Amino acid sequence: MDYEIVIGLEIHVELSTKSKMFCGCTTEFGGDINTHCCPVCTSMPGTLPVMNKKAVEYAAKAGLAMNCSIANYSKMDRKNYFYPDLPKAYQISQFDLPICKRGYVDIETEGISKRIGITRIHMEEDAGKLLHDQWGKGTLVDYNRCGVPLIEIVSEPDMRSPQEAKDFAEKVRSILQYVGVSDCKMQEGSLRADVNLSVRPTGSSVLGTRTEMKNLNSFRSILRAAESEAKRQIDLIESGGIVVQETRRWDDDAGKSYSMRSKEEAHDYRYFPEPDLVPIELSDSIIEEYKKSLPEMPWDRFRRYTEELGIPGYDASLITVSVKTADFFDRAVESGADPKTASNWIMGDLMKLMKEIDTEEIPFDGSGLSELIALIEKGIISNNIGKTVFEEMFRTGKAAGDIVREKGLEIVSDESALEEIVEKVIDENPKSVADFLAGKEKAVGFIMGQVMKETKGKANPQMINGIIRKKLEALKNM
Amino acid sequence: MKISKETVLYVADLARLNLSDEESERLSDEMGRILGYMEKLNSLDTSNVKAMEHVEPVSNILREDIVEESFDRDLILSNAPDEQDGAFRVPRVVE
Repeated sequence: MDYEIVIGLEIHVELSTKSKMFCGCTTEFGGDINTHCCPVCTSMPGTLPVMNKKAVEYAAKAGLAMNCSIANYSKMDRKNYFYPDLPKAYQISQFDLPICKRGYVDIETEGISKRIGITRIHMEEDAGKLLHDQWGKGTLVDYNRCGVPLIEIVSEPDMRSPQEAKDFAEKVRSILQYVGVSDCKMQEGSLRADVNLSVRPTGSSVLGTRTEMKNLNSFRSILRAAESEAKRQIDLIESGGIVVQETRRWDDDAGKSYSMRSKEEAHDYRYFPEPDLVPIELSDSIIEEYKKSLPEMPWDRFRRYTEELGIPGYDASLITVSVKTADFFDRAVESGADPKTASNWIMGDLMKLMKEIDTEEIPFDGSGLSELIALIEKGIISNNIGKTVFEEMFRTGKAAGDIVREKGLEIVSDESALEEIVEKVIDENPKSVADFLAGKEKAVGFIMGQVMKETKGKANPQMINGIIRKKLEALKNM
Repeated sequence: MKISKETVLYVADLARLNLSDEESERLSDEMGRILGYMEKLNSLDTSNVKAMEHVEPVSNILREDIVEESFDRDLILSNAPDEQDGAFRVPRVVE
């Protein structure tokens, strides 16, 4: 039988506020255990939370960027459960009146675009981190992360393949980075996804029983976990079994998921309105203001790049994936680089280096690239040397001009200096000279290569070509 | 209104409470009477009444996003029943 996979995602994203959601402790990543804590975020009795204004603004902006309607009136609720990562024994979250509802994100999978519905986006606080000590005597808790503002983005079950799920998560991340409400650093856990997945016979309109895999912190693990879970469910059904609704833990190293509870305890969070926090009211005018302040989004930039700057669609789509490469490109063009030339450098050298070093940070802005391009266009350095300079810029953050000066990379266009080198090469390679005199044109290429080697690629190629020919012709007539 | 003993035990379980037989009997009766009292509200037509999410008629009590100094760790841990290497230590939690 053929099966259809149905996937919905819940994506948790840490907002990039400077302070926590309900207290003034820093949200900075890292730091010694329990040094970013105060009585509020460690839940001392008698303390009261006060909502961070920026967190509300960021959540609303995230919603607007994902085409949600923003609630004029929303409130915080208590989600009750016992787990030592939350010292209050409840998490402040939103239940029935989330800040954003009913939006969508357009994704493209294998060239086909598709609209994925956003059910809701709500605000909540992050929990602390449990450190399991190896001696097994107890569990250690670090509350540095406790109280960091999060948004949870809940999608409709609109995805039909693991690849679509991955593409959706990547698109959400890209959008949030554009809006600037989250850095979405996966390695710091600031974006985590839960995958809800079920399968059903193709053509059926009834949803199958779903399972949930929690806390996937890389796109690769979202893809792999979804692939593995779809296969597990299909195999189970094919062999006459029944899928049980449960939470499963994905083990990325083993490439397998495990049932987290043998006896599924029904979740009963007993939500109720948080009495310590008053409701949040956002007027239409403030929502409009937020909307106007949204930066140019990837799809807008794509249009501008292709229609106004004449960049091919393929290039534009890759450059706009990350706000960092898009900003870099814009800055390069602003500071005078030809759009297509800048795009070629970004698509080629820049992306290759980013991938090689496995980083998303570019240590200089686009004006650095436009300076480099100008050096090449003015004939000060060769294109090949340009590539070396670019790599050096990327690794050291130094300016192109400084690197060229420090390393003496300017093209040698001094005729007498070049003549000297050519003469030396001709003297050292009598065989090539003989070949040339015997009519072998190829010999010129070889001599040219040797001259380039002598000058470490810095010789002006037109000039040396001319000089070599002049010298060789002279030998011919001797 | 009658609250069954099963419901009492279920709620007690959610609240991590161990109740004796006698306690759960008594609570079954007491909770029943409390809910019975609240039951009166159901006799009123509230279809046109807006839900009251908060007692005070105020909204938007917000703070600016400004980092303040956190507490000294020793002070933060001073109320902890158990600690180790700067962390709170709790009974082992199995994932």
